[in-house]
Amino acid sequence: MKFKEIKEHLSRYTVGIAGAGGLGSNCAVALARSGIGKLIIADFDIVEESNLNRQYFFVSQAGMKKTEALQANIAKINPGTHVETHDTMLNEKNIISVFKECHIIIEAFDSSEMKEIIAHTVMESLPDKVLVMGSGLAGFGNNNGIRERKIDDRLYICGDGESETGIDNPPLAPRVGIVANMQANIVVELLMKEKNEDHS
Amino acid sequence: MKITLNNRPEEFDADSISVSEMLEIKNFTFRMRIVKINGRLIKKEEYDNAIIRDGDDVQMLYLMSGG
Repeated sequence: MKFKEIKEHLSRYTVGIAGAGGLGSNCAVALARSGIGKLIIADFDIVEESNLNRQYFFVSQAGMKKTEALQANIAKINPGTHVETHDTMLNEKNIISVFKECHIIIEAFDSSEMKEIIAHTVMESLPDKVLVMGSGLAGFGNNNGIRERKIDDRLYICGDGESETGIDNPPLAPRVGIVANMQANIVVELLMKEKNEDHS
Repeated sequence: MKITLNNRPEEFDADSISVSEMLEIKNFTFRMRIVKINGRLIKKEEYDNAIIRDGDDVQMLYLMSGG
């Protein structure tokens, strides 16, 4: 299939990005490059220079809201992808309202508490959505330990499932980027499957 | 009883166990996790009462910080 056809198909879909840090910023950019029609990006944080070892921002953007900085960067890469931003801290309630029109939601939080909250909220309150999570991406090396796990039709998890971030085990661009792009790859695969099913 | 835990066969010396008991036996200590029995999501407050029986398909996933 030609890229033009892939892009045309993906332009009909909306994907939610819960968190615009290392996973969220890189995943959003990969999806925008692929031609996703709309991204709904939620984060409460601002860009700091310490983020630049892995997040899709620039030195000149330090101090900006992450949602606005990412929206600006995506506009420079693919202005065809519409970006809706929510400069807010997500919780059990607003996860439902912010992402209700999405076809698929990317979990891209830093904290494990928030990962658990979005998993439970989406599974219980957004039963028609697929959630693609990240778990285990700190450090470097061990490429082959990073994998995709399909739990069921609505839940996928990418990562090594064990390495937790800490002062002595920081998240770095290569592994964070692998997991973020793996999440984006699942989105593209699932949405393209719908095109193939339409035609069969 | 024999169950499937994270897609692998697993045996326990009991006819049934609660989720809390499984976490203890398997030494699953990390706090943030997802537990599903036959596809049904088990809430934290249900761990003591949610029962795993012979033939069940159980998924136990750790959620590690970092993103």
